Amino acid sequence: MTINTSQELASGDAASGKENFDQNLAGRYRADSMFQAAAWGAVAIAIAVLVWLLVDVLIDGLPHLDLQFITSFPSRRAESAGIAAALAGTLWVMALVALISFPIGVGAGIYMEEFSKDSWFNRFIEVNISNLAGVPSIIYGLLGLAAFVQLMGPLTGGRSVISGALTLVLLILPIIIVATREALRSVPDSIRQAGFALGATRWEVVWAHVLPSSLPGILTGVILALSRAIGETAPLIAIGALTFVPFRPEGLRSPFTVLPIQVYNWVSRPQAEFHSIAAAAIIGLLIVLLGMNGIAIYLRNHFQKSR
Amino acid sequence: MTAEVPPQSSASLWRPNRQRSKQIQNLVVVITGAFAAISILTTLGIVATLMFETFEFFREVPFWNFLTDRRWTPLFSSKQFGIFVLISATVLTSVIAILVALPLGLLAAICLSEYAQPKTRRILKPVLEILAGIPSVVFGYFALLTVTPFLQSFIPNLQGFNALSAGLILGISITPLVASLSEDAIYSVPQSLRDGSYALGATRRETITAVVLPAALSGIVASLILAVSRAIGETMIVTLAAGQNPTLGLNPFVPVMTMTAYIVQVSLGDTPVGSLAFKTIFAVGMTLFLMTLVLNLFSFWFVRRFREKYE
Repeated sequence: MTINTSQELASGDAASGKENFDQNLAGRYRADSMFQAAAWGAVAIAIAVLVWLLVDVLIDGLPHLDLQFITSFPSRRAESAGIAAALAGTLWVMALVALISFPIGVGAGIYMEEFSKDSWFNRFIEVNISNLAGVPSIIYGLLGLAAFVQLMGPLTGGRSVISGALTLVLLILPIIIVATREALRSVPDSIRQAGFALGATRWEVVWAHVLPSSLPGILTGVILALSRAIGETAPLIAIGALTFVPFRPEGLRSPFTVLPIQVYNWVSRPQAEFHSIAAAAIIGLLIVLLGMNGIAIYLRNHFQKSR
Repeated sequence: MTAEVPPQSSASLWRPNRQRSKQIQNLVVVITGAFAAISILTTLGIVATLMFETFEFFREVPFWNFLTDRRWTPLFSSKQFGIFVLISATVLTSVIAILVALPLGLLAAICLSEYAQPKTRRILKPVLEILAGIPSVVFGYFALLTVTPFLQSFIPNLQGFNALSAGLILGISITPLVASLSEDAIYSVPQSLRDGSYALGATRRETITAVVLPAALSGIVASLILAVSRAIGETMIVTLAAGQNPTLGLNPFVPVMTMTAYIVQVSLGDTPVGSLAFKTIFAVGMTLFLMTLVLNLFSFWFVRRFREKYE
């Protein structure tokens, strides 16, 4: 049937060089629909794995997720263990990372987008930042270990909250800088020209007009960078964040643990009960993450609509 | 006559203090420039840290042994430092990951940019971004406690820790990276190229495979190299699911130890600062850093070289 169709078409097309003009349309369309199915299949597989993962974590973890779990410290017995220390540590680290990385990242982005001239130094920074984005996160952990834990140990108190936060700041700075630059670039140049025409300096224009209108874009990038930092485990393990911390951090120089490390600790134990409470801790981690991603997506959509 | 000239003091209120504006601007430029320079300090810090400790390491361990030993036992009394034991495990998990991420990511990118309706695309993209935002320790949990038992149900000789499920889930975790970068490349192929292909009677698939993909090749290859680099540097999935057992070889069914897993193992133990075992993590880190750096530089070079061809 298909062969008939293609032969018909071919003979109608041209008499000479039949092989060359054999369109075999039915076969080609069948290949088309198979290809299309494969493309949709790939997306479906990705989503299916995501759903599988989420359902799996929810089934394992939900029964353990209660107030007692959130307010208890880690324990040798899975029934009485909780995530209080890890949750407090995560909040401490996140607050510090946000406070430090926001001004530095946005400032660096402003410098590169608004003030930098085309010098070798600025080109070097540019190449450097894109290179930094490709450095594995555990390497940042080794840097933090050498720089913040050992070299600046007397200042930071060694394996402390502030050492962990500074390590994560270095890790997410490239992301914030790139996001800031993109947000600044999307502000129409006419706004800047109008400011200059009124006699404002470049900084006055940036501060009064460009920054306010690019703020949603910048915030989106910062939130995404922070949610990356929340999930990072390897660099904090490398700087030596503890895995068993039965207390909340009391200050910048206090030892700490974070949710992902607590999860790692529980997953790597052989007992199945600990695996279940690891799933419960994962639910907590994912709720924080999804919330932050939700805010970022909302900001982006809102921003895109208003322009 | 009397109301004509405003008093001197109020006139000065209307004159902007240009001197001060300029000073503020100069100050801002210096401060934000210093912030930008932090990125350079970071790079210098990474290179200095790794080089210093690696140098110390090679004062005690001959470089030749590092390359040729067939075992990796720095924590035992009979120490051997065959880095290829760790590299083979890293390559093994990364290859499995790419075998998953390349077809899945590329087809997903094609689906999003060529087949999906704009409305569907707006739903699918955030879903893929959620997949990209899941912490690697969660993927590690999933690989170790769900995927491995699942695979064991039809691969009987699969061990509890193995490179296969670690690699598979590693691949799933980098699929969004491949998909989103490839999609950018595919999406930016001019519509006129597609129209030209349709006008010649090509079907949609033929247009995609023969016109769009070659035109987007530089971006696709770059995304792939970045994904390889990410897979090599990924830590928590392989640490949790692939195990902590340094074995030389490419058998995906047995436990292996990647470079990143070794760094985690030493970091979690109580290795004294300055000991040989402590220095090994920097030597391993240096190897890892160099491998990813070479890949990243190659990716940049590739994009620049092939972009010129199509512009």
